[in-house]
Amino acid sequence: MMPVTAIVALAALTYGLRLAGPLLRGRVTVPVAVERVFAEAATVLLISLAATSALTAGHGFAGWARPAGVAVGGLLAVRRAPFPVVVVAAAGVTALLRLGGIP
Amino acid sequence: MLLRDVALVCLADGIVGVSFGAAAVAGGLPWWAPVALSLLVFAGGSQIAAVGVVLAGGSPWAAVAAGAVLNTRLLPYGFAVADVAGPADGTAPPRSAGGGAGRAFGTAAGRWLVRAIGTHLITDESVAFALRQDGQARRRAAFWTCGATLFAVWNVSVLVGVMLGSTVRDTNAFGLDATFPAVMLALALPTLTSRSARVSAGTGAVIAVALTPVLPAGLPLLAALAGLGTRWGGWRHLPWIAGRASRRPGDVERPARDAEAVASRSELPTGGGR
Repeated sequence: MMPVTAIVALAALTYGLRLAGPLLRGRVTVPVAVERVFAEAATVLLISLAATSALTAGHGFAGWARPAGVAVGGLLAVRRAPFPVVVVAAAGVTALLRLGGIP
Repeated sequence: MLLRDVALVCLADGIVGVSFGAAAVAGGLPWWAPVALSLLVFAGGSQIAAVGVVLAGGSPWAAVAAGAVLNTRLLPYGFAVADVAGPADGTAPPRSAGGGAGRAFGTAAGRWLVRAIGTHLITDESVAFALRQDGQARRRAAFWTCGATLFAVWNVSVLVGVMLGSTVRDTNAFGLDATFPAVMLALALPTLTSRSARVSAGTGAVIAVALTPVLPAGLPLLAALAGLGTRWGGWRHLPWIAGRASRRPGDVERPARDAEAVASRSELPTGGGR
């Protein structure tokens, strides 16, 4: 469940992050080291979320179809395939495997 | 050239938007949740991450935390496009189209409104397009063209996805559940440029997957941030040991590169006149 307050909170935090630059420009600079840690934190979250949401459902294994589709999408992304191809391929491979009886 | 590139990016994001809306509703969220997120947050990666955490059974506050951390990259973006995301300076001579968005409102309230709207349009894509242009007028035109078009396309496509998701009964048969992790992977891969980032992300992913069976949903993701600890295993990564490089004008390139890295994956290989 996603309450309205959570959506508004994320929206407010996001807007604050967008607004800080235009407001503080010329007065403050973000230390490069801090910027790097935040950038890397975002990467860690994205990869970890990709891994858990590809491999797990609830507290257990999600089955083979989903991770296989995500792996194909990831491979295409590494080969610099355009975004729509990555998304459609991931869903397509997963759907085909399920059609073939793999959960 | 600009319009064609913007159209390509919008097409790509539109497909992601449709899959986001459909998967969110299919996962059990009410229709207004993805719609409100798209209007108010307007940052695809964090929307997908937040909904992903919630659909996995995590608490809404873990979802907010994950989404907010992903959006910290908007902070340097804001500094990078501050001069074009707001109203045009009165001192600047009137130039080509696109600056019109800023000049149409002369009053203080109007300038405030332009600033408020422009701030909301700061995204990977609009920043990447703006920073690829030479000259403030062209940067302004690129920023507003891309930002406004993307806002319209993104919200309409999420709405279309919501409608599809509520009509199709078994969305799992279409593999929609594979689109969220695939999108996050595609967003993250271009940022895995340094060894430090790869080690941190790999460690974090292993921690998160290993803890998922035993911890309440949402917590494994926050535990994954411990992967950042590997940064401090390699001393040379410490900026004050590698030599405290002060911020020089050239460093402005960094948000440009980051934005470009994130935005470029949405362009066809043949596209992009850079």
